[in-house]
Amino acid sequence: MDAETHELIAGYALDALDEGDRARAKEVLASSEEAREELRSLTEAAATMATATAGPAPSTGLRDRILDAARAEPQNVVSLEERRRSRLLPVLGIAAAVAACAALALGLWGASVSSNLDDARSALARERAAAAVLAQPTSEASLTGARGRLVVGDDGRAVLVVSDVPPVPTGKTYQVWVIDDGRPVSGGLFAPGNGTLAIPVDGTVGNGSVVAVTVEDDGGASAPTGKPVIASAPVSLS
Amino acid sequence: MLVESLPSSARVRQDDLALRRHTHLSDEALVALVARGDESALGELYDRVGRVAYGIAYRVLRDDRLAEDAVQEGFLAAWRSATAFRADRAKASTWIVTLVHRRAVDIVRREERRRAEPLESESRPDPPDPSGSAEDAAWLGFERDRVQAALRALPDTQRESIELAYYGGYSQAELAERLGVPLGTIKSRMFAGLARLRELLDEAESEGSWTPRLTS
Repeated sequence: MDAETHELIAGYALDALDEGDRARAKEVLASSEEAREELRSLTEAAATMATATAGPAPSTGLRDRILDAARAEPQNVVSLEERRRSRLLPVLGIAAAVAACAALALGLWGASVSSNLDDARSALARERAAAAVLAQPTSEASLTGARGRLVVGDDGRAVLVVSDVPPVPTGKTYQVWVIDDGRPVSGGLFAPGNGTLAIPVDGTVGNGSVVAVTVEDDGGASAPTGKPVIASAPVSLS
Repeated sequence: MLVESLPSSARVRQDDLALRRHTHLSDEALVALVARGDESALGELYDRVGRVAYGIAYRVLRDDRLAEDAVQEGFLAAWRSATAFRADRAKASTWIVTLVHRRAVDIVRREERRRAEPLESESRPDPPDPSGSAEDAAWLGFERDRVQAALRALPDTQRESIELAYYGGYSQAELAERLGVPLGTIKSRMFAGLARLRELLDEAESEGSWTPRLTS
């Protein structure tokens, strides 16, 4: 690892990165075992700093509040799977991925969300990247909550392939999240649509990443505000 | 019945005591139970890590309500995503502290609530904590001395950059601006400081008298 990578990972371990650098750090971490090991030990050192603090104790009611809130909140992947198991349809096969590629080539997805030329250009770039992933997938993860799958390319880029996503209320949008070690990072927005959608996920995924979808206000949120409606199994890259 | 004469919070405690089958488990085993929806395992994790998690959230936020929000959000994030926890990437206690710290930093950046000066009480003995045992308090005090000694051993500029980042919630770019130092200098100080801290803590551990864990 070069000095710049060491510095990037130290910033990540201290939660001291801006969003752009965070995305870069995640890319590095997705592709390098050495980087992940460096993060592990630097994070241990950073977290040890938490024990150097002194201050008041939390109120005695906090424990109960946390447990009550946990009780009220179904868990991400497990509970979602249980709730939706009865509605699960068989996951898509290669044929659907090919169909998604065809839809991409026609620019259907890009056209459906683009209102101006710049959007259309960046949608086109995203489509090209997505098409490259779908052409040579290295890993796939099943989904709960929707028919489809998460397709992952060798560089950690991912495409969410889903069918018949129901409409959202006016003023709302779907937002994709990449969750690593419990930390959700936005993977972009998408509009619902009929047929099969191939949604390029911003950023990269690594081993153990979960990709989830929530419904958020137009423009998206900086962190998920509700329960996921779609969630992938943890990504397994080997 | 005795139980019925107790206030409700005490009753909850009694229920928990009845479920105290988790005390012998490792933190990592508890996370595995949490991933399967075991609330009492989440409670046990809170008993072990909650005090340190609240300590860092309060250090960053300087407000008890916001600090409790950060702790609650962090533990709920652990509850929601325990299935994604990987023991080869972090200790469970570190994972939870990291989740809480992340929430605290998000809040402090959102609230523009930045306090970089040390807490007044840092050099004083701990206020009594009704929820922890004397043994826990002693261990925490011991650990705090060890980490503070390691921090003091760092060159001033390195200590400043990692403390402002971790305790103040400043990003590298914000620090460069605040300190009037090039961004590259901040980045290299931050890495050098954290790497040196890692070394110092390892040395202290290998001297043999320390328990190298966040939780007892």
